[in-house]
Amino acid sequence: MKAQDTLLYLDGVSVSFDGFRAINNLSLVLQTGEMRAIIGPNGAGKTTMMDIITGKTKPDAGDVYFNGEVDLTRHDEAEIALLGIGRKFQKPTVFESHTVEDNLVLALSGPRSAFSALFHRQSANEAERIEDILYTIRLNGKRDWLAANLSHGQKQWLEIGMLLAQDPKLLLVDEPVAGMTDAETAETAKLLREIAKTRSVLVVEHDMHFVRELDVKVTCLHEGSVLAEGSLDFVSNDQRVIEVYLGR
Amino acid sequence: MITQWFFTHVDRRGGIAIALLVAIALLVPLSNLLLPQTSPLHIPTYLVSLIGKYLTYALLAVALDLVWGFCGILSLGHGAFFALGGYAMGMYLMRQIGPRGVYADPVLPDFMVFLNWKELPWFWHGFDNFWFAALMVVLVPGALAFGFGWLAFRSRVTGVYLSIITQALTYALLLAFFRNDMGFGGNNGLTDFKDILGFNIQAGTTRSMLFAATALFLALAVFVSSFIIRSKLGKVLVGVRDAESRMRFLGYRVDRYKLFVWTISAMMAGIAGALYVPQVGIINPSEFEPANSIEAVIWVAVGGRGTIIGPIIGAVLVNFGKTYFTAAFPEIWLFALGALFIIVTLFLPKGILGLYGSWRTKLADRAARKKDSAPPPVAAENVHLPEPQAAE
Repeated sequence: MKAQDTLLYLDGVSVSFDGFRAINNLSLVLQTGEMRAIIGPNGAGKTTMMDIITGKTKPDAGDVYFNGEVDLTRHDEAEIALLGIGRKFQKPTVFESHTVEDNLVLALSGPRSAFSALFHRQSANEAERIEDILYTIRLNGKRDWLAANLSHGQKQWLEIGMLLAQDPKLLLVDEPVAGMTDAETAETAKLLREIAKTRSVLVVEHDMHFVRELDVKVTCLHEGSVLAEGSLDFVSNDQRVIEVYLGR
Repeated sequence: MITQWFFTHVDRRGGIAIALLVAIALLVPLSNLLLPQTSPLHIPTYLVSLIGKYLTYALLAVALDLVWGFCGILSLGHGAFFALGGYAMGMYLMRQIGPRGVYADPVLPDFMVFLNWKELPWFWHGFDNFWFAALMVVLVPGALAFGFGWLAFRSRVTGVYLSIITQALTYALLLAFFRNDMGFGGNNGLTDFKDILGFNIQAGTTRSMLFAATALFLALAVFVSSFIIRSKLGKVLVGVRDAESRMRFLGYRVDRYKLFVWTISAMMAGIAGALYVPQVGIINPSEFEPANSIEAVIWVAVGGRGTIIGPIIGAVLVNFGKTYFTAAFPEIWLFALGALFIIVTLFLPKGILGLYGSWRTKLADRAARKKDSAPPPVAAENVHLPEPQAAE
């Protein structure tokens, strides 16, 4: 497959930390508009892969292309974020001493220079977009709450809202339902499917129930490379996947 | 119009502080100059200078709070910027002495004659002009902070490591300024000042005017800090403090934001130093002492970091305590200071102002519960601070 037809293109990527190969000759391709679930045991390299895509970690070898033409290994986190890649962390990371609304204000796409921030005034358009997102993430009644006072699930949602505010082409979502109740998990699956209609999404998740609800192509990672790829049923019937991940 | 503009950038507490500072900038000099010495409201000149000195410390504390309280950069070397501003002012004051020095050289300050120097070093030129010196008061600390910050923040030096190199910075300057051939008076520093802008520096009127200038600059610093913190840029800074990598993944160039606020803060510290020197009458390398910078951190912690106003209260209270204890019980002052730091860290993590804030939220909470309506979970003021995090 050629890089130029894809949204995200990883080919032969390797990275080691102190001799430990976290990512080993990993190749993965994501089409525009696709949602993909990544599963795999602890230490399979899922989070490291996200670090490479978002510029936090530089690979030792291999190609990483975004939009078919941008070499992500040449850019840092801030530049990659502005190219249109948003990232949700494993542990919900919101700005706890800011209100829900201010969290979204900070995430909202727009100029990012210090000077423009010093004299920034909110436009009607921006206010409207924040209103929309607050509604989407069901936090419109809590806009003045400090993020610190939200429940765990609400923080996860706020972080997803911040990703939406960033208006990215590609969302990387790391374990969005960890610590959520069953009802919240189902709602989150619904929300992600909704988001995936207009953007590409890469979800890392352990919760097989949730992955089934997403109903998308699944990639299983193991020891830093792809073990199996296909529909959830196909992957979960793979003998090697059962052995290393799903349990004997 | 102007009041409306003012209050979009300053909260109520900041407004009160600014009003109070402007008021004492007027009232203290009036009391000192107009009331007879027998009047109980008369403030003697020595006290005017003493409080003026405290207010310069308060200005340093506000500068430090801007980077530490709001952006999480714990500087243990802010005294360096303070001292550099002080030296710039000291150089102007030295040049004003002119031929009235002990050696009566029309151009060279006494210590240069003593060292047998024949001509003024290049970096002393221009300092006979007040406005040039005033420019250097902000430019020199600002340029040093910019260069230092550019290197440190781009290399992502954070937490304890950054604190240690700021400490090293001020210590290196201490050693450099001790050397006679640096050209800043060595061990003795700069002193024996005669006048400032043509006015006798010892005169009561000059002292009062210096006091007024200090109070006004402090009010200005409160305004500038409030302006920055209440802007979107301020929200970015707090975001950097609480979750730096999150900010990066949102597309913000964290290093530039840090560099901006770090440089502004260093300039404020420089102004504080420049106001300090004419009021105490001397500047010497001991101002670069690392312990001074650490003491400034204590003022901010005591008053309440991340509150803008708290550091002013902290600086004034701790220094009143210092003045009293070092006179009454000189041997226990350092123990008292150490105990204060431990007590504040253990029992008052948000400082005096934070204590007041949580007391008010508690009252509001109780009142709300009485009314049987759910309390809004927003703290009254922006005093919420996350647990201190170890460097990554």
